Amino acid sequence: MADLSVNLAGIKSPNPFWVASAPPANTAYQCHRAFEAGWGGVVWKTIGDPIVNVSSRYSSLDIGGNRMVGFNNIELISDRSPETNFREIAECKKRWPNHAVIASLMTDTRENWHDYMKRSVDCGADGVELNFGCPHGMCERGMGSAVGQNPDVIEAIVGWVMEVAEIPVIVKLTPNITDITRPARAAKRAGADAISLINTINSITQVNLDNFCPEPYVQGYSTHGGYCGPAVKPIALNMLQACASDPQVGLPISGIGGIGNWKDAAEFIALGATSVQVCTAIMHYGFRIVEDMIDGLNDYLDKKGMASVNELRGRAVKSVDKWETLNLNYKRIADINYDKCIGCNLCYIACEDGAHQAIDLVDEGGRGLGPGRLPGKKIPQINVEHCVGCNLCSLVCPVENCITMVDVETKKPHMSWKEYQTKLAAGEIERIPAHP
Amino acid sequence: MTLKPRITAEAASQSMAEIEPKYRPQEAKVEADRCLYCFDAPCIMACPTGIDIPGFIKKIATHNLTGAARVILESNILGASCARVCPTSVLCEGACVMLDRDEKPIKIGRLQRYATDHVFDNKINVFPVKARPNGRKAALIGGGPASLGCAAELARLGYQVVIFEKKPEAGGLNTYGIAYYKLTPEVSLAEVNLVKSLGVEIRTGIEVGKDIAMDKILAEYDAVFLGVGLGNTLKLDIPGEDKQGVVEALEFIDWIHTRPLHQVPVGERVAVIGCGNTAIDAVTQAKRLGAKEATIIYRRGEEDMPAYEYEYEIAKKDGCAFLFHTAPVEVIGNGSVTALKLVKTRNNAEGKAEVVPGSEFTKEFDMVIKALGQQKQVSMLKKLVPDLALDKAGRVVCDAQTGQTNVEKVFVGGDARNGGREVVNAVAEGKKAARGIHAWLGGQVTAGPVQNSRLGNKDGITGSGFDHPARVPELEAAYYQSKNEVRHG
Repeated sequence: MADLSVNLAGIKSPNPFWVASAPPANTAYQCHRAFEAGWGGVVWKTIGDPIVNVSSRYSSLDIGGNRMVGFNNIELISDRSPETNFREIAECKKRWPNHAVIASLMTDTRENWHDYMKRSVDCGADGVELNFGCPHGMCERGMGSAVGQNPDVIEAIVGWVMEVAEIPVIVKLTPNITDITRPARAAKRAGADAISLINTINSITQVNLDNFCPEPYVQGYSTHGGYCGPAVKPIALNMLQACASDPQVGLPISGIGGIGNWKDAAEFIALGATSVQVCTAIMHYGFRIVEDMIDGLNDYLDKKGMASVNELRGRAVKSVDKWETLNLNYKRIADINYDKCIGCNLCYIACEDGAHQAIDLVDEGGRGLGPGRLPGKKIPQINVEHCVGCNLCSLVCPVENCITMVDVETKKPHMSWKEYQTKLAAGEIERIPAHP
Repeated sequence: MTLKPRITAEAASQSMAEIEPKYRPQEAKVEADRCLYCFDAPCIMACPTGIDIPGFIKKIATHNLTGAARVILESNILGASCARVCPTSVLCEGACVMLDRDEKPIKIGRLQRYATDHVFDNKINVFPVKARPNGRKAALIGGGPASLGCAAELARLGYQVVIFEKKPEAGGLNTYGIAYYKLTPEVSLAEVNLVKSLGVEIRTGIEVGKDIAMDKILAEYDAVFLGVGLGNTLKLDIPGEDKQGVVEALEFIDWIHTRPLHQVPVGERVAVIGCGNTAIDAVTQAKRLGAKEATIIYRRGEEDMPAYEYEYEIAKKDGCAFLFHTAPVEVIGNGSVTALKLVKTRNNAEGKAEVVPGSEFTKEFDMVIKALGQQKQVSMLKKLVPDLALDKAGRVVCDAQTGQTNVEKVFVGGDARNGGREVVNAVAEGKKAARGIHAWLGGQVTAGPVQNSRLGNKDGITGSGFDHPARVPELEAAYYQSKNEVRHG
């Protein structure tokens, strides 16, 4: 059994799986249930001046038979008083001393930040997370993403907090910004101990085509909501890698965004996250999902011969580099396994209409047929000369491992765009001819 | 006469209820979402009418049910009844690529029913735009599936179409001759109304050759389509066949379709002679209408029966009995049938059924249903169109693509042409004949509904089953025979 315990800038937890600051982390009751189920930490629903919420609050993007592929909300921070929240955090810490309980905070003035910070320390929280991310409601009042979108303001507020910080401070970043490393660097400059990302993305998930009002519906109106769930994972991974690879950031990271299982979590950790935070998947299935996350990650680490989850951290960060460094002389092409092909021809039409016209339909020529195919029906065949190795056919193929991408020996030396430009300028090579 | 109603109205409505109820919306959505949306989809190739199946299924998935129904009905005007009676397991569903992924095929028939029910139940007009009249007139003899398929296509090409139907209602066997639990007459009649809504005139109660002369029709119309189907059930040719209680399968099924279910007379112990799909329809319905025993008597073995596997399964589930390798030699009874004298048979060296000497035995029955298949209407056809060429089996000879016969102006489709196949084949042949008529009269013939690949569908099996009908088991058998391969799995 691998060691799953992590230490994020001094915040220790028995495993990297934290409940994100959101509706599942609203009360002591939920916190107890989360820890009972096996979660390693809870980031409390953001504490601030109690707000008033609207009804309704959530909406989703469903695709095919899959519910909540994407999810959004227009709910604000905690609607409970700071007194109640800090008291319940103290209760939780008393009962779960070895688990991480982090107070998420959002307020406005220097005095108020100092006050909340001190009360967080007093209640026994293991750390705080500054919510500079919420893209709805609170930003209209100059908080949340209004802060996160302005590195100077981040730096100023984090500076205030650090004046009284006796426990680790995590800065939670909004993805609603062009370059995520700017606010991350600002947090670093101001002395933050860690960052967490991503918060939710500005969104409208759907429009009701009968009343022409998007969801969530509030008496004929709606508003921009914060988007999360499985569909945002690629965006989160991208921003995570950007921060993890930036030497000017250099902070431990708690990864957030579309994590629903151990594989997602492992990917986040491989791209540099120390802990991961989960919300939508819990809102969909309940706290019990952590059981497979723990079990699956453990099994994976054992298989890979890693004694601790820390050995996995950052393993994929260096595999991401600028486009200009990629080898132009590397080639891979698609390969169809006819024993697995079911004859749907989706690869054909995807390549034909959507890509590079590099799949032909040919006579089956003795390759054999499966039970679902009509004898005599043409089958797809990769045109090796025209295939650019784009992956599309292998992505649309509905059969696992039917279309795989195989390396082709080009017998050409490594040459990136950067090297190409250098060699061209030096007159060492000819210009590569344009594609016909 | 011991034939009498044996079941209450309430019990009948249960026992004769549709085997496969309509999908609930969520069921339909889940099933539609499973479809991969294949290109050059094998299901289209296996559909004789060439319905763009992935196309309509994707529309169901997006709740565009009217659009889905339009896709279906454009290719097959009897899409609602075909959804219920097509042997999907050997046609579209039998070709589904899901089978190759070791999954259940997409339930195309049930989805097709879901979409077509939507427009019929909600009285949605899927063809609001009428074709511009082209000034040509066509007469269609017979009002069954072939003529309806032909009529819809001709109407959309601008023809003035008149159907002559002998019975009180059009629809042919769809209205009068298919097991009630698969297809109710209401569905068939709704389709008849759809054809009428395209501007087709249907003159019922008119027998051509009796109420109106064929020569008059040939003189008045630019083209004539023969969709006359088949005739009466073949005779047993055994003593006692004329006794009371001996009925033809189609006659029995006709009763079911024209009387209240609880007033359909049925025997207590019913024998059905024959083992085709109509025999199954008869034996299961006899059982469902209250017969204590209902038994199929078939002179060959289980492996030889012409009925589809799933039909056989229905009969077994209904508790019907099967006497294989058995043939009737005499109907016994004093006025009414009381028993059948039977013999055991066996397949001889040539594979033909022969009587086992000394095997005679008697079994009590009070109703005998003859289901040996329908006769060709050779004399009727010869009377209507004396020069019409027929093959040895009594089928009308015609061009495979156009349905044109050897007689000027006369086209053919359906059972009269193919000797007795599915509803969907009749519709396809009617549609082919319509395009044949149009081409013969100098019109432009439209292409199939699906977009071709870059390589086109010039040869082999690509594109739509309307152009190259593909029947999965037959094709597979021929293919593997030619390859001399044993099929794995």
